[in-house]
Amino acid sequence: MSKANQQEASMSAILLEQTDRLLGEQVTKEIISAAEEGKWPDALWQAVEESGLTIAMVPEDAGGVGVEAADALRLVRRSAFHALPLPLPETLLAQSLWVSAGGEVVEGAVTLAPCNPGDRIGITGSGGGFTLSGAARRVPWGGRVGHVLVLATDANGNEHLALVPQGKARADARRNLAFESRDTLVFDGVSLPAAAVRAAPAATAGEGLLLLGAQLRTQQMVGAMERCLDYAIAYANERVQFGRPIGKFQAVQHMLAVAAGHFAAATAAADAAIEAHGRDDAELAVAVAKSRAGEAAGQVAAISHQVFAAMGFTQEHPLHFSTRRLWSWRDEFGAEAFWQERIGRLVCNNGGDALWPLLTGA
Amino acid sequence: MLGFRFDSLQLPAHAEETRKRVRAFLDKERKAGSFVPHRCSWNTFDAEFSKRTGAAGFIGMIWPKKYGGHEMKMLDRFVVTEEMLAAGAPCGAHWIADRQTGNQILHHGSERARELILPRIARGECYAGIGMSEPNSGSDLAAVKTRAVKVEGGWRINGSKIWTSHAHRVHYVIALVRTEAATEKRHEGMTQFVIDLKAPGVTVRPIRNMSGEEEFNEMFFEDYFVADDMLVGGLGQGWNMVTGELVYERSGPDRFLSDYRLLVELIDRVGRIPGERQAVAIGRLVAHLAALRRMSTSIAGMMEHGENPLVQAALVKDIGTSFEREIPEIARDLVAVESSLDDPDDRFAETLAATELYAPAFTLRGGTREILRGMIARGLGLR
Repeated sequence: MSKANQQEASMSAILLEQTDRLLGEQVTKEIISAAEEGKWPDALWQAVEESGLTIAMVPEDAGGVGVEAADALRLVRRSAFHALPLPLPETLLAQSLWVSAGGEVVEGAVTLAPCNPGDRIGITGSGGGFTLSGAARRVPWGGRVGHVLVLATDANGNEHLALVPQGKARADARRNLAFESRDTLVFDGVSLPAAAVRAAPAATAGEGLLLLGAQLRTQQMVGAMERCLDYAIAYANERVQFGRPIGKFQAVQHMLAVAAGHFAAATAAADAAIEAHGRDDAELAVAVAKSRAGEAAGQVAAISHQVFAAMGFTQEHPLHFSTRRLWSWRDEFGAEAFWQERIGRLVCNNGGDALWPLLTGA
Repeated sequence: MLGFRFDSLQLPAHAEETRKRVRAFLDKERKAGSFVPHRCSWNTFDAEFSKRTGAAGFIGMIWPKKYGGHEMKMLDRFVVTEEMLAAGAPCGAHWIADRQTGNQILHHGSERARELILPRIARGECYAGIGMSEPNSGSDLAAVKTRAVKVEGGWRINGSKIWTSHAHRVHYVIALVRTEAATEKRHEGMTQFVIDLKAPGVTVRPIRNMSGEEEFNEMFFEDYFVADDMLVGGLGQGWNMVTGELVYERSGPDRFLSDYRLLVELIDRVGRIPGERQAVAIGRLVAHLAALRRMSTSIAGMMEHGENPLVQAALVKDIGTSFEREIPEIARDLVAVESSLDDPDDRFAETLAATELYAPAFTLRGGTREILRGMIARGLGLR
């Protein structure tokens, strides 16, 4: 490792550690519960913004922190470990995309649309101004954030990024299983000035936005699974029944071993997706990671609840913050079957002998 | 935090060069018709193939040149093993010798044992097996009863070993035996010896497996004499030796690619335009495989850096062999073809039949799933 690389590695290690400390202190059970009841955690958001996390991926010369995408994705993973009830992953990505399209850093929280693979937003207009039309379902914090970064397609098939201030689109409040906002945004002829619309960068071309969203949710699932396992292993060592900790019973040990296997496989796939970020083979890596992590998420959540028995089913213990997020995130930006089908079609179309070269990249 | 980790690893350029070389070798073999991919795996014993593999430099790759090795890296060997398995090469003759026996002799054997055995293994002429289990000592390996008693110049061994693959045709096994009577400290008093199966005092009885093949065996020792310098790893160190080699035994691609050829046949049988259900199921298998391969690669990298990631190896074997068990079950569900033991015109039906009959072994051999999960639980801090 070169000296410059070492410095960079320790920089990102420091940033991860700082983030862990900040979120560990501030993301309390009370804050998450209040956020789930609809109260925006303003002080927490301020702290997150002040630490530079929302503009982590924006280059330094554009006013950001200039963290490598790989490190930013690891930050996203840690934010999910703490069940941060805020659109940090979405803002982090949206700010970076908008700046890469030539825009400037935006004040406050920003989300992305469309998120559902079936939704398309149309755009008409030119230098004098633009108009958006269409609807986007399940937009994270769509009705709560300051701006929505919309990927829109014109009549010629060209893609644009449009920065839409809150209030321009109609927002129908919807929530996922974690009580996180997943609103429907209706763009009923939303007019925008020319400065709010830019040509979409390469990263969002085609299904790029879907891929980036799947990448975020994959990393988040890995973080939340780690938290579940931490909780479950600690509880298995504490909870005494029949005169000994339940973790001493083989049945419980084997359940947790299975969960650890799923978690390890999901982490391996998610690490590979981070490495592939921005590369030509990113789509396959993300498809593998999102589907593998999604399958693992279901297993890890189920096993954690089984270990915790009734206590994990209540709001007394924080386990549910992590498991409800896992059940939501595995569905978002394409559930397992969505990505598995894509992998399967690709592999079948190539034929059996082409699979090994695909897996080895050689 | 979990008590173990998998480091990220990019295969280095030299390993990718090795991949090209072994692919060229395998292409040539396949074109020459030396093996039929869908009928082979790492159980398939083919001494002629092993000799050509050795001549091409793909056995004992990480060993010193003076013992016939090629002084390459762990990751070069890793690439060769995964390419052999993916190609469906009949690599069973030299597999155990290359994977673990040779390494044990290299690191813990006498100079005479190294000089006598390693060059022949590397040439693909000499094969080996594992002598751990006994009729009353399966998962509970410390219960071994086979006994070695000290005599002039060596030891006399009496007892029996079981489930040794290809013992009727390999040259050596490393056997775990008691050199002291069992005490409360049951992991002590055991020692490993290199056994020459052509020497007097040892007989081999093949045991047919349920598909009718003679693959594994029982071995009987009657006053078998083994010389002092065939001891491996020090007197009383047998348990440490055995647990030390498990990482070689459990983390490799042979723990998730055993029935890879059935996956290939399945993809071809489904065809270029799969139905939705077929695409989803095949995509899921491929996603699992990609994650497993990364984990196994990671362990090879950690071993190259001198680590002994035993818990990770147990984890790869547990989920890798569960994956292997799933492939035939999913294949038969996706394609309406009855498995057939003899249908030369239907590769899929034949591969499915062979795999179904072999699959129960995947989650038994080399440590049962239940033993592995106990080890993983210990790694998690539960025991």
